Amino acid sequence: MATTAQEPKYNETVVKLFTLAAIFWGVVGFLVGTFIAFQLAFPELNLNEYFNFGRLRPVHTSAVIFAFGGCALLGTSFYVVQRTCRARLFGDPWLPMFVFIGYQIFILLAASGYVLGITQSREYAEPEWYTDLWLTLVWVAYLVVFMGTLIKRKEPHIYVANWFYLAFIVTIAMLHIVNNLSVPVSFFGTKSYSLFAGVQDALTQWWYGHNAVGFFLTAGFLGMMYYFVPKQIGKPVYSYRLSIIHFWALIFLYIWAGPHHLHYTALPDWAQTLGMVFSVMLWMPSWGGMINGIMTLSGAWDKLRTDPVLRFLIISLSFYGMSTFEGPLMSIKSVNALSHYTDWTIGHVHSGALGWVAFISFGAIYYLVPKLWKRERLYSLHLVNMHLWISTLGIVMYISAMWVSGIMQGLMWRAYNDYGFLTYSFAETVEQMHPYYVIRALAGVVFTSGALIMVYNVWRTLKGDLRKEAPIGAATAAKPVTA
Amino acid sequence: MYSLHKKTEKNAILLLVGTLIVVSIGGLVEIVPLFFIDSTIEKVSGMRPYTPLELAGRNIYVREGCYLCHSQMIRPFRDEVERYGHYSLAAESMYDHPFQWGSKRTGPDLARVGGRYSNEWHVAHLKHPQDVVPESVMPSYGFLSEKEIDGADISAHLKTLRMVGVPYTDDQIAHATEDFKAQGTADADTGNLLSRYAKVPTGDFDGQPDKLTEMDALIAYMQMLGTLVDFSVYEPQER
Repeated sequence: MATTAQEPKYNETVVKLFTLAAIFWGVVGFLVGTFIAFQLAFPELNLNEYFNFGRLRPVHTSAVIFAFGGCALLGTSFYVVQRTCRARLFGDPWLPMFVFIGYQIFILLAASGYVLGITQSREYAEPEWYTDLWLTLVWVAYLVVFMGTLIKRKEPHIYVANWFYLAFIVTIAMLHIVNNLSVPVSFFGTKSYSLFAGVQDALTQWWYGHNAVGFFLTAGFLGMMYYFVPKQIGKPVYSYRLSIIHFWALIFLYIWAGPHHLHYTALPDWAQTLGMVFSVMLWMPSWGGMINGIMTLSGAWDKLRTDPVLRFLIISLSFYGMSTFEGPLMSIKSVNALSHYTDWTIGHVHSGALGWVAFISFGAIYYLVPKLWKRERLYSLHLVNMHLWISTLGIVMYISAMWVSGIMQGLMWRAYNDYGFLTYSFAETVEQMHPYYVIRALAGVVFTSGALIMVYNVWRTLKGDLRKEAPIGAATAAKPVTA
Repeated sequence: MYSLHKKTEKNAILLLVGTLIVVSIGGLVEIVPLFFIDSTIEKVSGMRPYTPLELAGRNIYVREGCYLCHSQMIRPFRDEVERYGHYSLAAESMYDHPFQWGSKRTGPDLARVGGRYSNEWHVAHLKHPQDVVPESVMPSYGFLSEKEIDGADISAHLKTLRMVGVPYTDDQIAHATEDFKAQGTADADTGNLLSRYAKVPTGDFDGQPDKLTEMDALIAYMQMLGTLVDFSVYEPQER
């Protein structure tokens, strides 16, 4: 490119708004999650019909996945696509602003509906038809902005991060539309009935549900990873060829994995087997992404000692690697026979959602905030470090408690005594869960405390404050090497 | 191969179309055949659409998020079959829009809870679960017995369900509100209701004979769960 070319001015307003929204919704989602965790330990906390576990649980899952994760994805994708294409957003300024405001309206419509009992009962697709239609409109606008920016790019190549973002946008559109096909009872009512029934409905929903994980929580966040990890390290991605192979393999294989949510159900065996086989194959392209991210550090491992933001990104990749190993394991039918219906699944989801999704988002937020608001650096890197270890402790407490309670409950359900009778009544297994439910709720408190440290740090950064502090790892680095 | 890929990297439309094709294949191969392979849904006798009151109860079950803690899908394992009853068949949810198989058992499976407990037990349990099951972590649903319902708009629900494939007859749709009231009222004339639907639990469900409430509807639904298929004539099939 000619050196005379002017650096185009980017639309950073919409990125700033999404960043702040991601932080806000993150805290909301973590707080609601912690509250419903306490409800499971202490059922008297189910206050009334509007704040019962059954209505708040979708508020938690949607707030974390779609509000926190969604705002982080939309915001970073707008940031990344502009930088890597060296082009301002397409449709600027109104279309990107419509995407932001429209997406916030979607979140509010969905959450208010849950509390009022308006739900399709499709996990992670609970919003009713009117909210679904609104989201479709917003999503099409998002696709137009993203594609338009790709098309008008000034770089010859489309950078790998954008492949993942694009796959995320397109696939979520397909999943959202097909899974939400339904007929409303009346134009003025909120209730609709799903177009499909029973076994077909179940597989459509879990085709959606698993790929909400695959494309919202994986492909989208891999897009984030492919920009922010190399940027924070200051080196190009480890392997270009690996990124090509694992991109196409990942998006092809993921779509098949849905039936592993329906092992040993009334879904025909052939579909279950396909789901299992593809889930196990999925292990490889998943680790392709992890390897590509972590190996980008090769030759620069020392940066981990001094950069807590990079630690967030690398720990997130480690959790990603762990949960994408645990996932295929749990999709094996004989393992699933034990794990399904238990807290093991809940623990698995949280090692992905907290360890991978939230941590990579925190890393991206810490990267973005000083850049977007033109600050020299974050208010405090020591607070970033404190956030990192407190939240990591929270995750480890959480997943350990759920492993123990899940596997224990699964084993108790199938336990027989010497006379050939079931050893435990269902209620006895519930009683055994109590201590682990308390630990899990406390883990939520710990994790959320970390996030509140981030809120404080970001707020002080926005104010323009800089904490006087020694660089991280400086003490070690400055020590003279003695024999 | 990598030079071929360069084209895709330089053409956004090609990338978009390529991605869409690649992500469509799995779903097409797995989902579409379920609509066309006959053995997907077993041949059974006894399945019928929900009565209007059961449907209202089912909608309350959905509204309150019961599926988040209770599955309705018994797997074919010795312990599950002994604990909950015959493993669930695809045919048993053939009229379920949407399905309620669930994914988590914080509480027990409910696929065959119908007829297992008395109406009085259900009322006491829904009002304050810990009174009857001290270990329970279930919320209280006492508010359901204060919400009166009349089924005035239930025929619109039956009509909508017929549009998506549930075989409600004109007769069932025309008399939906009438059937709704007859099923949940003590000593009502249920002759017409029973001629339109088989195996229907009737009577006052919520212990308040003077009114028809959401509690009546929910219990009516739970009392029929898993009771329709006649397993004395069911032959397992290879699928």
